[in-house]
Amino acid sequence: MEFNIILALSFLYIPIFLFLYQLFFGHILKHNTWWISIAGIGINLAISLSLFYQTFLFTPDDKIISGRFNWLSTGNFNLDLGLLIDNMAAFMLLVVSLVSFLVHLYSSEYMKGDSRFSRYYAFLGLFTFSMNGIVLADSITMIYIFWELVGLSSYLIIGFWFEKNSAAMASKKAFLTNRVGDIGMFIGIMMIYFVGDTHSFNLDEIIEKVKMGGIDTTYLSIAGVLIFMGAVGKSAQLPLHIWLPDAMEGPTPASAMIHAATMVAAGVYMALRIFPILTFEALTVIAFIGASTAIFAAIIAITQNDIKKVLAYSTVSQLGYMVLAIGVGSYLAAFFHLVTHAMFKACLFMASGSVIHSMHHSLHELHDHDTDPQDMRNMGGLKNKMPITYAAMLITTLAIAGVPFFSGFVSKDAILAGTLAHYFEHGGYTVFLPLAGFGAAAITAFYMFRLIFLTFHGKPANEKIYEHIHESPSAMTIPLIVLSTLSFSLFYTGSINPLADGSYGWFAKSIGIGHNYVIEVGDHHNHQSHKDSDSHTISDKSHHNDEHHDEKSHYNEKNSHGNHGFTEHVSHAAHAAHYTAMYLSLFVASLGILFSFIVYFLRKVDAEKLYRFFNIFKLYNLSKNKFYVDEIYSNILYKPFMFWSKTASKIDWDFYDQKGIDSLGKITLFVSDRTTKVDYDWLDQIVVDGFGKIANFMSLKFKNIQGGIVQSYILGGLVALILIILFVQQI
Amino acid sequence: MNSLQIYLLLSSFLFSLGIYAIISRQNAVAILMGIELILNSANINFIAFNRFTSNLNALDGHLFAMFVIVLAAAEAAVALAIIINLFKNIGTVNVDQASELKG
Repeated sequence: MEFNIILALSFLYIPIFLFLYQLFFGHILKHNTWWISIAGIGINLAISLSLFYQTFLFTPDDKIISGRFNWLSTGNFNLDLGLLIDNMAAFMLLVVSLVSFLVHLYSSEYMKGDSRFSRYYAFLGLFTFSMNGIVLADSITMIYIFWELVGLSSYLIIGFWFEKNSAAMASKKAFLTNRVGDIGMFIGIMMIYFVGDTHSFNLDEIIEKVKMGGIDTTYLSIAGVLIFMGAVGKSAQLPLHIWLPDAMEGPTPASAMIHAATMVAAGVYMALRIFPILTFEALTVIAFIGASTAIFAAIIAITQNDIKKVLAYSTVSQLGYMVLAIGVGSYLAAFFHLVTHAMFKACLFMASGSVIHSMHHSLHELHDHDTDPQDMRNMGGLKNKMPITYAAMLITTLAIAGVPFFSGFVSKDAILAGTLAHYFEHGGYTVFLPLAGFGAAAITAFYMFRLIFLTFHGKPANEKIYEHIHESPSAMTIPLIVLSTLSFSLFYTGSINPLADGSYGWFAKSIGIGHNYVIEVGDHHNHQSHKDSDSHTISDKSHHNDEHHDEKSHYNEKNSHGNHGFTEHVSHAAHAAHYTAMYLSLFVASLGILFSFIVYFLRKVDAEKLYRFFNIFKLYNLSKNKFYVDEIYSNILYKPFMFWSKTASKIDWDFYDQKGIDSLGKITLFVSDRTTKVDYDWLDQIVVDGFGKIANFMSLKFKNIQGGIVQSYILGGLVALILIILFVQQI
Repeated sequence: MNSLQIYLLLSSFLFSLGIYAIISRQNAVAILMGIELILNSANINFIAFNRFTSNLNALDGHLFAMFVIVLAAAEAAVALAIIINLFKNIGTVNVDQASELKG
């Protein structure tokens, strides 16, 4: 095996080794066992950094490392497993390894003294293993296998404190909700294989087949949406988002890794992997799911008081953004936001964990077990006590709110430009996409600053608790510092100019703008004409970025192996809409921040009054109760399901079983009774016993011949002799 | 009816008497006497066949008869010894009573 492959496979065997080690031998080193885990993940981080360096040497279409082998072969069915590292996978590996490394470090302090400390590290190892598997996979079946493993490790982590009933329930909810999406994904994969007649699960081969126009686009649309259902489940999109907020029952650092930075991004990553085969219709469905999720979750996040719940809904909302970006064809923007979001959201979660940790300790010292350490209403004014946490949280909040100089601004702007371009081109009902995007941006800015103001500013809600609050130890603050540093836009655009278009930095160069072959095959001409008419009108408005145009066309020439019509077109249009989107997003973000500032910092407007005002239309209640989605599911799905299953069980037991099956049994009993009689009385007693009786009778008679009296034998011999003589004489 | 047949009839009669004695008698001595009769009927056959079927100088039949007589004497001696022992052991010479080996 090549050295490269061994290197790449280390992303699988190191974490799985850590998992097994911590599971079976984790108790040996007690608390110090985490050093082994962090050493393993550290090696992975180093390897991923070296891979990351290589991305500068490759174009988006190149494979840095690839290899596959035949795993299963029956008849003419072949299942290959293989790995493929291209630039996107290398990026993703770096993100996963970095966040995993920091979470391992952070957890050593956060989870200190937990009775199942080593098991926690085992789960982290299992999760890292399965996540890396998804990233490395070169076939859709391998993605599916690791997809399920990720689901399993998520289940284990959410239910880590399974003594708490809510945690046990939440883990079940997450697992089952994910399963709904996975069924769709599995059907989609099978459709591609059988209906699409690809006879391969390998992504490259499927894409090649699609490129040749070998699959009917109607089937492809259905299959695309079905496969995307997996992402709906895993990335918590509407209507399967319900598990993610409940998943906050898990330990906070694990939430940071699994439910904020990496696992939920797996859905987006998978959608990006299959992006080339998504048809326009499928993309439209995806865009609308993403847009509604973004705005919907943002509205819910406004009224949540639990600090982790706010972040959970904000995660759902941001994932909605990524999905929206895929839907409008902004391949690059989706991945860009995935990476920046992973950094700032992991940091936000860990910062909230830091706050919760110190709240917990403070409450512990006060012997107060009733106050909720996660409720923001019990906090306030923490910024003086926890300066590092505050700074990290402020930076990342600025990033998520979309403020210039920070990473979220650049990536979110790229997405919003994409939606705007999409609307300019298609018009009509697609106006919903940019509206939802900008609306969610404003709301995001509002609720994130609400979180900051409630937690860190103002007067402490409880002086006693406040006195015992202190900054977290360095193992917890170092990850915060690293991640908040990586939330500056400088690292992604490579430009000090805060308004630079993120779509043309070094990041864009190594990821590329993606390809979409289906659109080209389907309506190539259509798009060409659109491109001619629309892009001119838009670029007229913004001719001041000619410089970018030149840079871009140069870049495209370098990369174009074939016709990249659609994505090139989208990227072009998004670029044209860049400044419009930027000003709009700046405007809505400052609007949100300003409003939050007035309500929660200056307290000019009483928040209570505001609630009551909105509650006239029951809007507040709607948001507070998460749009009653759980209740609706309970009423529409759970309760009728229970009713029907109870009815079915009644029918099954009382009628079918008691009457139907039992009477069959009775008939059988009767018939067997009769046949027993026939069998015993006739066959057994008369026929079978008859043979015995005959034998008995005969033997009774014949035994007299052998009487032991020699003289009778002699007589018999004489008779026989005479008979023989007579017989011989006859002849 | 020629003369050979008369001899053969005589020997057959003797043989039948002997068989009858063996089958019907229970006294061991009587059975032994039956056996002697059979042997003697055989002797008559030997002599008769010698006389009527070969040349007159041949003495094969006579020789065989002499052997049979000698054997019969030896046999009678052994048999009588056995019968005496039997009587000593079970107090009777009735063959039906000598049933110790019967299962």
